[in-house]
Amino acid sequence: MTTSAGQAAKSTPWNDPNAQAYLQIERVSKSFGDFKAVDDVSLKIYKGEIFCLLGASGCGKTTLLRMLGGFERPSSGRILIDGEDMTEVPPYDRPVNMMFQSYALFPHMNVEQNVAFGLKQDRVPKAEVRERVRAMLELVKLGDFAKRKPSQLSGGQRQRVALARSLVKRPKVLLLDEPLAALDKKLREHTQFELIGLQEQLGVTFLVVTHDQEEAMTLASRIGVMDHGEIVQAGTPSEIYEFPNSKFVADFIGSVNIFEGTLIEDEPEHVRIRSAELGGTIYVSHGISAAPEAVVWAALRPEKILMSIQPPPGADNVARGAVQDIAYLGDLSIYLVKLPTGKVVRVTQPNTSRHGEAIGWDREVYLSWDHSSPVIVTR
Amino acid sequence: MKRSRLQRRIGISGRGLVVALPYLWLLLFFAVPFAIVLKMSFSAVAMAIPPYRPLIVWYAKHALEIKLNLNNYAFLFTDKLYGDAFLNSIKVAFVSTVFCLLIGYPMAYGIARAKAKTRNILLVLVVLPFWTSQLLRVYAWIGLFKANGVINNVLIRLGVIHNPLTMLFTPFAMYVGIVYSYLPYVILPLYANLEKMDWQLIEAAEDLGCRPWAAFCKVTLPLSRNGILAGSMLVFIPAVGEFVIPTLLGGPNSLMIGRILWDEFFANRAWPVASAVAILMLLLLVPLMMWYQSIQARETAGAS
Repeated sequence: MTTSAGQAAKSTPWNDPNAQAYLQIERVSKSFGDFKAVDDVSLKIYKGEIFCLLGASGCGKTTLLRMLGGFERPSSGRILIDGEDMTEVPPYDRPVNMMFQSYALFPHMNVEQNVAFGLKQDRVPKAEVRERVRAMLELVKLGDFAKRKPSQLSGGQRQRVALARSLVKRPKVLLLDEPLAALDKKLREHTQFELIGLQEQLGVTFLVVTHDQEEAMTLASRIGVMDHGEIVQAGTPSEIYEFPNSKFVADFIGSVNIFEGTLIEDEPEHVRIRSAELGGTIYVSHGISAAPEAVVWAALRPEKILMSIQPPPGADNVARGAVQDIAYLGDLSIYLVKLPTGKVVRVTQPNTSRHGEAIGWDREVYLSWDHSSPVIVTR
Repeated sequence: MKRSRLQRRIGISGRGLVVALPYLWLLLFFAVPFAIVLKMSFSAVAMAIPPYRPLIVWYAKHALEIKLNLNNYAFLFTDKLYGDAFLNSIKVAFVSTVFCLLIGYPMAYGIARAKAKTRNILLVLVVLPFWTSQLLRVYAWIGLFKANGVINNVLIRLGVIHNPLTMLFTPFAMYVGIVYSYLPYVILPLYANLEKMDWQLIEAAEDLGCRPWAAFCKVTLPLSRNGILAGSMLVFIPAVGEFVIPTLLGGPNSLMIGRILWDEFFANRAWPVASAVAILMLLLLVPLMMWYQSIQARETAGAS
């Protein structure tokens, strides 16, 4: 596939070893008593990126964000922003701003005063404050709400005030703690694209913390998946989705079928795995580094599985089962297919034709997939 | 719901009873005595038991005579003593309130920001003095303040001073006594207010460039306004009429309206004048209480 013009225009500084990191996290750890909230995290985030820290609650992502904001001091390690060591700098002297999950709008001030707060604090001349606040409120489409109190606004409007308040100071890095968590689904999708638009317009580097993988996939230039205080994988959304490096990541991002198996053939350009769970063999067209006879796992996305009534050709990458359950979602359907081994496989099929031959309950079907589809992980 | 036989017989519901009881209580022990005092304030002094003339006289020939005697009030305005005492009471109450706030705010703040476990211990410590009689606690200050009292003895022992300081029966001792006694009344409402505070707002302020002190002044302080007002009212209102502390600790110069009331009533047996003083004091404090009530109402409305 040739890269399109748009993709070429988007730079990928993380692939360039000479690129200068804008926000650099160097071996940062944070312990609360015996509990290691953040464990030896190193990250390089580049100018203009939207980097998402993704993880379940309690994985340490918020603690890491709070250390970047200056609200927690790292137990060890360093944080550099634009080349300057920020590890010991208090929040009020950092060139970063934070958008809090609760928005933390000042209830005793109106929208305008909330947004102007940071500028006044920096003793920006009055006329400039007025102009910048007005421009920022225009940008987030709250021009008509300047005199309202936060309590008189809807959730989406509050979110935009919080965003305006943290952006108006033109921070080097904007930290966003679950920026969309409090919004309902429709509004959330809409706001995601607004956020991206705003970020592109202002060129501010965003660091977003979220537990919502869909949100991370939509927003991020790169995602860092966190678990137990560690970054388990960092990469572009498609890298994370297509090439997860562990069962955890594969399972955390999207849905996945995981088959445990042993390596029976290990060549540089292909491997073959026998899986008792599948009741067959899996052939993958890329090599891996694992000991022969090692226990490995094949991760297979539901949408990459083909379902057919007729048996497909070939002996590898095939399974037979009975449809146990169907969930019709409109644009696609989810099939749960039970194999003779007892394993239930999740398959999604797009509903392309309106009157196509539907596969019903208890139907015997064949599942097959391309040899490039499964990803073999060793942990 | 089934009604008991008693309820059916008297014809009121349980809910009515629950609401009626406190009103009955207030009627008996507040409204009626207040009416008596009000009535007394309009009667004339007499050498009798009780020491005033009746206001309402019922004559046998079906005639009712009501004589409103306004002299008592007029007297309060002609004698400078009363005006001075009123002003002094307000001054003392005001200064005490300010000091209570200055001492109580940091304490309430500290308790609100303490860990949940320590917080309860600290709150108990604040309330603990209530378990002894206030009178005893004020007497205890005499032991501390007197010429050969604890403070003077310690200071002389340490060589800081050579002759004992005069502390007892000074305005200083009186202020210490009032501030000490009323401090919990400031701490508790302030604590209740600060405890509900969203501390993330402070982080937001610091994030936007505020140093901790500026964040406090611009966010915490304005948001705790209702707590400050509630605490101030709870000190100011009773402190205006305070009698025990100025009498025991304050000097002869600290003439307060509570003292006047006492003297008029017991020493001079001028019940009508004392009643007039009480009514005027009430007129002064009722608007404050109403203001406080409206703040309280707003506070509860805001919390829900």
